[in-house]
Amino acid sequence: MSIVVDNDTKLVVSGLTGREGSFHGLRNRDYGTDLVAGVTPGKGGQDVDGVPVFDSIADAVEQAGANTSMIFVPARFAAAAIDEAIDAGVGTVIAITEGIPVLDMLRTYWKAREAEVRLIGPNCPGVLSPGKANVGIIPAQFFDPGKIGVVSKSGTLTYQIGNELKQAGEGNSSIVGIGGDPIVGSDFIDVLTLFEADPETELIVMVGEIGGDAEERAADFIAESVSKPVVAYIAGFTAPPGKQMGHAGAIISGSSGTAQAKKEALEAKGVRVGQSPTEAAELAVEALRAGG
Amino acid sequence: MSVGAALAGLLIGGIGCRRAVDLLEYQGKQLFAGHGVTVPDGEVAGSVEVAVAAAERVGFPCAVKAQVLIGGRGKAGGIKIAENAEQAREHAEAILGMDIRGPRGEGPFKVHEVWIEAGSQIAEEYYASVILDRGEKKLLAMVSAKGGMDIEAVAEEDPAALVKRHIDPTREFDAAAARPIVEEAGLAEDIRDEAAEVLARLAEVAASEDATLIEVNPLIVTEDRTVVALDSKVTIDNNALFRHEDLAGLADSSAEDPQEAMAKERGLTYVKLEGDVGILGNGAGLCMSTLDVVAQAGGDPANFLDAGGGSKAEAIVDALEVITSDPKVKAVLFNIFGGITRCDEVAKGIIEASQQIELKVPLVVRLDGTNSEEGLRMLEEAQIDGLEVEKTMLGAAKRVVELAGGGS
Repeated sequence: MSIVVDNDTKLVVSGLTGREGSFHGLRNRDYGTDLVAGVTPGKGGQDVDGVPVFDSIADAVEQAGANTSMIFVPARFAAAAIDEAIDAGVGTVIAITEGIPVLDMLRTYWKAREAEVRLIGPNCPGVLSPGKANVGIIPAQFFDPGKIGVVSKSGTLTYQIGNELKQAGEGNSSIVGIGGDPIVGSDFIDVLTLFEADPETELIVMVGEIGGDAEERAADFIAESVSKPVVAYIAGFTAPPGKQMGHAGAIISGSSGTAQAKKEALEAKGVRVGQSPTEAAELAVEALRAGG
Repeated sequence: MSVGAALAGLLIGGIGCRRAVDLLEYQGKQLFAGHGVTVPDGEVAGSVEVAVAAAERVGFPCAVKAQVLIGGRGKAGGIKIAENAEQAREHAEAILGMDIRGPRGEGPFKVHEVWIEAGSQIAEEYYASVILDRGEKKLLAMVSAKGGMDIEAVAEEDPAALVKRHIDPTREFDAAAARPIVEEAGLAEDIRDEAAEVLARLAEVAASEDATLIEVNPLIVTEDRTVVALDSKVTIDNNALFRHEDLAGLADSSAEDPQEAMAKERGLTYVKLEGDVGILGNGAGLCMSTLDVVAQAGGDPANFLDAGGGSKAEAIVDALEVITSDPKVKAVLFNIFGGITRCDEVAKGIIEASQQIELKVPLVVRLDGTNSEEGLRMLEEAQIDGLEVEKTMLGAAKRVVELAGGGS
């Protein structure tokens, strides 16, 4: 097993005929992902390197059996593309596009929830289950199959940690980039839940960064509902405080959102937090070997 | 938990990818007025002469209000009441061009414009806001009868006085839906219908203008029992500016730092800091992490610069020029982890850049990831004066701090 994407993934890429969409879609196929279709309105009947293109995601579901959708369309059309994927009946939507208006995502988030569709992203690098499937832009060469699940707000930081794990001889069950936007389809808690239930995952590495309170919420959740060891890394201890507008934000946030507060919240619940990506990888390897 | 710290933390979120657009008070009020929320009559003025003429038109007494994107203007002397034209002139002269610091030392913010506003006869001062609650993934409406003062203190000392209700994203939020909130907040009975209408319209402003924050403090009731927004704080989602051309034009007012202005012109994500170690990283997360490890090594970062996927010589020249144009910078660290971006391409870009511009300070380059061995070999062969390569992030951080003289 692994989570979100695997050998059963049948992928349709919205935006496959675009430059980025075709580059990454075909890379995903080269990795072994079952890329069954692309979607671009008005280009139905064409193909991209042998992959059939349809006018709509619904057509791709019906005619090519797609069950997972990757969104690579420009930001101003992306929420509508996610909505279309939800309506078309795929079970999983992975949105790579960055720059989607946050109130569009607010509406789309609730639509996905209502339809019980798993939405990952937007503004994320996607999901990789090493040896099985890669959906997104994660460079697969830094990740071998193994026992460590990774969930992260940041792309390059995840590659950095993955590479260190690999050099230490450890691999991953799945790597999930949840994205750093204020509203993402799945947050740490959603992905921690999946890793907790995944028999292949023995340890979870969580990579957070300043802003919001998803890490603090995750800390509480870990204490209550995660039996597997969790190691964390948080970026942004020296990030500059921005100027603030108004006071409403401070009132609703249960937390300060600083890296220090996140680290303290996690450590208070028994999660070990690395000072650097290197130390986080070392802690993960150490904990895995101690547990195994 | 200190609310002050909370603010600092909340607002750094999204560094590197989303810099929201904050509106000045008068811009926010114009937006409110466009959605049917009553605001006092006023005019904006960028010079003393225009300010005096505006004051004569709106009548006396009037308020002369500094237009800067920071709270605490009143305490800083940025808001004055003028009883006549002479006082309006005096106040405009004092306020235009003044530097205002925020209550937590933010800034300084130079005052380029004043808002001349008709005086209001205030009977009650309330508080109202609509904000995106990213934790709950809903808009949140907040109302209090204790407005006109520090609402954070109210929230802390008398939480029941601040009513908070999430807005159901699947339903229309109209005056009827807003009504229970103003009732619970205990606003004066005779204006509850009107206050509910105002709250619904503020939520409409959020939804239709892509605002992630709308705060009115105070929301007043005048002596003739009209509900009026006497202040405004509005933040617009940067990602939505493509559908708000009118607001996009307002976004350019504030970049005063020379490096930040230069970076903006070149399309780079750059934030100026206080230290002397220049930083370039690829990806916001890795870049933040780079600042952290430099600080852990005893150094003091001079900036945040996320190069994104930029590996071309042109992008590297741009980034280097921006970073080194800050006279504080004594050494620069390039921290690149090649994923899709290949390190040999980055190395090629650095070598080309070094031929185009003179390196004025030492540069430490850490390349790891895709094709890093090839990239490192290319850099070593090129033998660029003042450039050193390091294999690991921690090693590179340590070295750049040494070169900068051990931090400041």
